[in-house]
Amino acid sequence: MVNPKPKKILLSGNEAIAEGAIQAGCQFYAGYPITPQNELTAYMAKHMPENNRIFIQSESETAAINMVYGASAAGARAMTSSSSPGISLKQEGISYLAGAELPAVIVNIMRAGPGLGNIWPSQADYFQATRGGGHGDYRCIVLAPSSVQEAYGQMFKAFELADKYRNPVMILGDGLLGQMMEPVEIVKAEGLDAKYDKPWAVTGCKGRERNITKSFHMNEGDLEKANLILQKKYAGIQKKEQDWEEFLIKDAKIVIVAYGSMARIAKGLVRKLRQGGMRIGLIRPVTLWPFPVKAFANRKPKVSNRKFLVVEMSYGQMVEDVRLSLEGSSKVEFLGRSGGGVLTQAQILRKIKALL
Amino acid sequence: MSDVIYSRPKSLNNISTHYCPGCGHGIAHRLIAEVVDELNIRESVIGVTPIGCAVIAYDYWNFDCSEAAHGRALAVATAIKRVRPQNIVFTYQGDGDLAAIGTNETIHAANRGENLTCIFINNAVYGMTGGQMAPTTLLGQKTATTITGRDQKLHGYPLKISEMLALLPGVKYIERVAMDSPQGILKAKKAIRLAFENQINNAGFSLVELLSPCPTYWGVSPKEALRWIKEEMTKVFPPGRIK
Amino acid sequence: MTERVFIAGAGGQGVMLLGKVLATAAMKQGKSVTWLPAYGAEVRGGTANCMVIISDEEIGSPYIEEADSMIILNQPSLDKFSGILKNKGLMVLNSTLAHSDKINSAGTLQFPFTDLAVEQGNIKIANMIALGAYLAKNKVVSTDSIVETMKEMAAGRPELLEINKKALFKGVQLADGK
Repeated sequence: MVNPKPKKILLSGNEAIAEGAIQAGCQFYAGYPITPQNELTAYMAKHMPENNRIFIQSESETAAINMVYGASAAGARAMTSSSSPGISLKQEGISYLAGAELPAVIVNIMRAGPGLGNIWPSQADYFQATRGGGHGDYRCIVLAPSSVQEAYGQMFKAFELADKYRNPVMILGDGLLGQMMEPVEIVKAEGLDAKYDKPWAVTGCKGRERNITKSFHMNEGDLEKANLILQKKYAGIQKKEQDWEEFLIKDAKIVIVAYGSMARIAKGLVRKLRQGGMRIGLIRPVTLWPFPVKAFANRKPKVSNRKFLVVEMSYGQMVEDVRLSLEGSSKVEFLGRSGGGVLTQAQILRKIKALL
Repeated sequence: MSDVIYSRPKSLNNISTHYCPGCGHGIAHRLIAEVVDELNIRESVIGVTPIGCAVIAYDYWNFDCSEAAHGRALAVATAIKRVRPQNIVFTYQGDGDLAAIGTNETIHAANRGENLTCIFINNAVYGMTGGQMAPTTLLGQKTATTITGRDQKLHGYPLKISEMLALLPGVKYIERVAMDSPQGILKAKKAIRLAFENQINNAGFSLVELLSPCPTYWGVSPKEALRWIKEEMTKVFPPGRIK
Repeated sequence: MTERVFIAGAGGQGVMLLGKVLATAAMKQGKSVTWLPAYGAEVRGGTANCMVIISDEEIGSPYIEEADSMIILNQPSLDKFSGILKNKGLMVLNSTLAHSDKINSAGTLQFPFTDLAVEQGNIKIANMIALGAYLAKNKVVSTDSIVETMKEMAAGRPELLEINKKALFKGVQLADGK
């Protein structure tokens, strides 16, 4: 029997990410409670065992990411989730995952910092997420959902990319996205975890040479060789995996650039302003690393004096990537707010009016 | 006709180790390799190796291994065993790894009663980084960071992590053995074997603490190092079954 | 059509649930919806609020800068939030626990939801009486769809469904009678 209409259920971003992970074949989750992502951990605690998967409430975020490292080394699709201060603690483990080329999915439902900060939405971990975050020359693939449905869908993509590239993938959301509820179309998927062979995993050396998962290269020249392999992989990812959304930019005098929650707020404003005849558009990076340089570079807009307005819940992080991508070809303005406050459409509109 | 009564274990690769003369790591590696062979688990065992002098233990063993970040071996091993309960998973950790930077992971893996085997090398000093104080450094013992000797007022007391862990209901078996003599080494092998057998029998968390010589950073000859274990170390860390 | 509803009260009055029932029922009618809670460290005794947006189009900001309607169940929420109601917006107020002279009476529905809930035998259903009153004035979501949602949420507990249904229609009847 064909179900004519896929079932929609109302889920919070946190719950949708958890459900998406389960449907995407996540076999192992470890995490430590922290607001505003607690619903994610709680959802996993209930539903992972129901699906014969493994859930561990770890003793710390550090332990959680290292458990993910172990589960991944053993060949399982593994993930952890946390919010900003907890993600800082995970950086050691993320660096080791990248160095050992182990796939993993890490969810950061960002809250405001620095330090303990507060529990409200923020996008101030952009640098940490896109520049590696821990020590050494490495990158995580970073996906930024801007709706609950997209957060759900990106979990499939995250596990897929992690396995494909043997690299950690981060979902970068924020408290607004994690807490809000929206309808989600649930896709039942089977066997996604079996798509990629993992001949490198430590499973016991029956019938083969032993495997070692490691990031240590002490002999002279070995680490450089390993790093060049990583760099080549990263170059391939940059070439193939850039993803972004464009909305009414063709004739736009001002193109807003925003990601995640901020992008949906900006998109609603663009729609409103278009009704009033204002030529405003939006570019929404979906992958933050690789940054969608192609959305900006080598474009000769028909609109003269086009300006870009980068809007972030931070005091200016992604704006640097926009400037690097445009290479000075257009003027880039910035509007930011950080500390738990969400930029309103009225605030963005004031800035737009000042620019026109 | 002759019988082979002694040979290199299949689980040990035929290469020289990087350890200093008189170091206990090479002996402990071999004991583990012998036990793995004798229990016929080479093809199912997964070792989790530490940061410290034994960081490249995986080069010497001929079975699957995963490196773990400093102190995180038991978190990594927890996950490997949960994902692959059919495999035999052990950690090999020094005193800094297990009882300083990784204390949290150690206590909680033990407290969860993870069905794991943990081999803990206590040599009362940090070797890889150049002979600094370990959590297990004895009072009065001179190290690169306790130049006039460990002083409890400044550095606290030698940490008896095995006794601490024995309090946890999730722990099945803990034994401390001094590798100070051939007899001690035979006892060590017996304890290691039991710790692996426990896992095979799904009995829970097992830990073997090996008092192990580090002549280089104790500033003594290999022979003197064995005497120091027997006469000094065992006063603070008495050998025997703790649980 | 876009309807922005701001719902607030004391922790424990069921304002989050009220919002979820409304949002779920709207979803069942094929609408775009968002439900955004104010989240904090308090569990009981503090103020609680959520923002529900129901629209025929894709919803941009889930955050309500100007509300089309408000359902307010206690005085501190009224004092704190009434300013975001748009001019001539609909205010549904629990007069058992909140009073105001400033409110424009034309756009205001005031009923003692808490007293009425106690009369019906369960103080916890004040939220559903308020929802009924709101839906009588603004038919953004059908009561059929609300009942359908309640059925799912109270699955296996028919007594819970009954009392909530009764509360809902009590609210509808009150507001219609006015």
